Amino acid sequence: MSFMELLQSVIPTALFYSAPLIFTALGGVFSERSGVVNIGLEGLMVMGAFVGIVFNLTFADVFGAWTPWVSILVAMGVGAIFAIIHALASVTFYADQVVSGVAINFLALGVGIFLTKQWYDKGQTDMVTQPFYTTDIPVLADIPLIGSVFFQGIYPTSYVAIFLAFVSWYILYKTPFGLRLRAVGEHPMAADTNGINVYKMRYIAVIISGAMGGLGGSVFALTIAFNFSHATIVGQGFMALAAVIFGKWHPLGAMGAALFFGFAQSLSVIGGGIPLLEDVPQVFLLIAPYVLTILALAGFIGRAEAPKANGVPYIKGNR
Amino acid sequence: MENKWFNILVPIISVLIGLFAGALIMLFFGYNPIQGYIALFKGAFGDLYFFGETIRQTTPYIFTGLAVAFAFRAGLFNIGAEGQVIVGWLAAVWVGTTIDAPMYIHLPLALLVAAIAGALWGFIPGLLKAGLGVHEVIITIMLNYIALYSSNAIIRSILTENADKTDMVAPTASLASEWLANTTYFSRMHYGIFIAILAAVAMWFIIERTKLGFELKSVGYNKHASKYAGMSVKRNIILAMVISGLFAGLAGSMEGLGTYGNMTASSGFSNIGFDGIAVALLGANNAFGVVLAAFLFGALKVGALNMPTQAGVPNELVDIIIALIIFFVASSYLIRWIILRFKREGK
Repeated sequence: MSFMELLQSVIPTALFYSAPLIFTALGGVFSERSGVVNIGLEGLMVMGAFVGIVFNLTFADVFGAWTPWVSILVAMGVGAIFAIIHALASVTFYADQVVSGVAINFLALGVGIFLTKQWYDKGQTDMVTQPFYTTDIPVLADIPLIGSVFFQGIYPTSYVAIFLAFVSWYILYKTPFGLRLRAVGEHPMAADTNGINVYKMRYIAVIISGAMGGLGGSVFALTIAFNFSHATIVGQGFMALAAVIFGKWHPLGAMGAALFFGFAQSLSVIGGGIPLLEDVPQVFLLIAPYVLTILALAGFIGRAEAPKANGVPYIKGNR
Repeated sequence: MENKWFNILVPIISVLIGLFAGALIMLFFGYNPIQGYIALFKGAFGDLYFFGETIRQTTPYIFTGLAVAFAFRAGLFNIGAEGQVIVGWLAAVWVGTTIDAPMYIHLPLALLVAAIAGALWGFIPGLLKAGLGVHEVIITIMLNYIALYSSNAIIRSILTENADKTDMVAPTASLASEWLANTTYFSRMHYGIFIAILAAVAMWFIIERTKLGFELKSVGYNKHASKYAGMSVKRNIILAMVISGLFAGLAGSMEGLGTYGNMTASSGFSNIGFDGIAVALLGANNAFGVVLAAFLFGALKVGALNMPTQAGVPNELVDIIIALIIFFVASSYLIRWIILRFKREGK
């Protein structure tokens, strides 16, 4: 296998595996930057995958080739609404944010499987008929060398993910809204004194994370899984959370981390065909993202510093 | 005194609201909630077989509930009980299948090794938290996945030759009990429940009656004050995670040596550890409360399996109910705070 062929097999697969992680991790960045820990990313992805698949199955005849795109938009909406539960518990009721996130994960899976059994009379849905397909990006695909590696046989969602990462970076770091959101996560009391509505900002951030988690879950379902069952989303949400931290709570960092984790996953999938890597047991590639995150947190790969007020409920008038 | 009342009232109210919400969901989807709950009850206590299965499910829940509760007492959130269960399970099965020894050595050894494996898996986040201040939640989540994938690899390439299932543990390492099985119409109930009760007593004793327990609680309430009083905060954090991991490791051994007698490579988690979080929360992090909560969740989970056949209700309803119970317990801080505040103002 020549080097070019190698790149042609590794890079599209890496992009394909990272897209759902990028979406979800960006959601995580928004939530955690505002000071709300979101362990519930996994559950939000489950919800997104469920809605994406069910909508796709139900409306495939109505929307035709546009079905997957409409499905992910609907999944975004439902994810956003579902995340309100987390916001309600952790912002308004001062509940332990980690506990509330754990409850979100339980609830999403319970609701998803319950409704699947209710509507399809079995533990998993049928296969979707209108998933995303790989395409060649027009014009760019014809660039010599780069074109065949990056722009041929690619899922368009991968580029939407990368694009959204830059949009998120712009929103968080170049707009007043982003500044306020980050201020609320660093020092809510100072933000409050300056007239920023801490609760509102946190609600918005958690709802954005729900939309992005729903997007990530539905993209995973419509590019990788094709149906919904209890085993559709197993750990992708937690991996996205790892990407948030590994990327130091920065949208572009999170994107980079998600791309890297996607790359590690793609290696564990197609590693058998690659010289050098074929001798590495698959398990090392599977656990690599998690081990690296621990090392990053322990300070071996640059210090990962969380937003100051992350995980602390803001109670007005308390010092 | 009042606080004690709230600690008892809040879980009870949460369970009632959870069950009520479950009934509403059943009504909404056109089921008869009374039939649904009768099916649930019969599935948990209908005859001795179901009762045996409920106890069987309760056993690991007691352990993981104790694990999470123990860490909570020291102000730590051990979301990694799941991974500690996996390494404990693997260690127990490893010892159970490879070593040849009489029962009085083999069984205790298998339990001990499982406990040590879980403790080690708890030691890592404890050390990172104490030494570097890294949040234990993230580390334990990561360790869960490392445990899952590594143990799958060990099952496939070391304990077996590419099979997905290990051999059964030797009879000398098994917790299975003929008389318990016979008296419960061949349920999978095993001796583990007695060890679980002992563990709960041990936790109560450590927390309420020893210097170590006092220090752990103190660190949980206020790290700085504890340090000022001359306690080693770091040592206590590490110890809390180690003991927490030890309980979770034993939970794994209950499955490995008792319920299943082997271990299967799996793509997902058993959820015993995650359910332990719910158990600990509902049990108000108290050893006795954990036993009761474990029994409730054991009954719900086992009873749920009877709901599809007898009432047509998907058994996932119970997962929704459990999730809602966690929500209400977590959000109850608000209720508690309001009531306390009103009382204070009334005086």
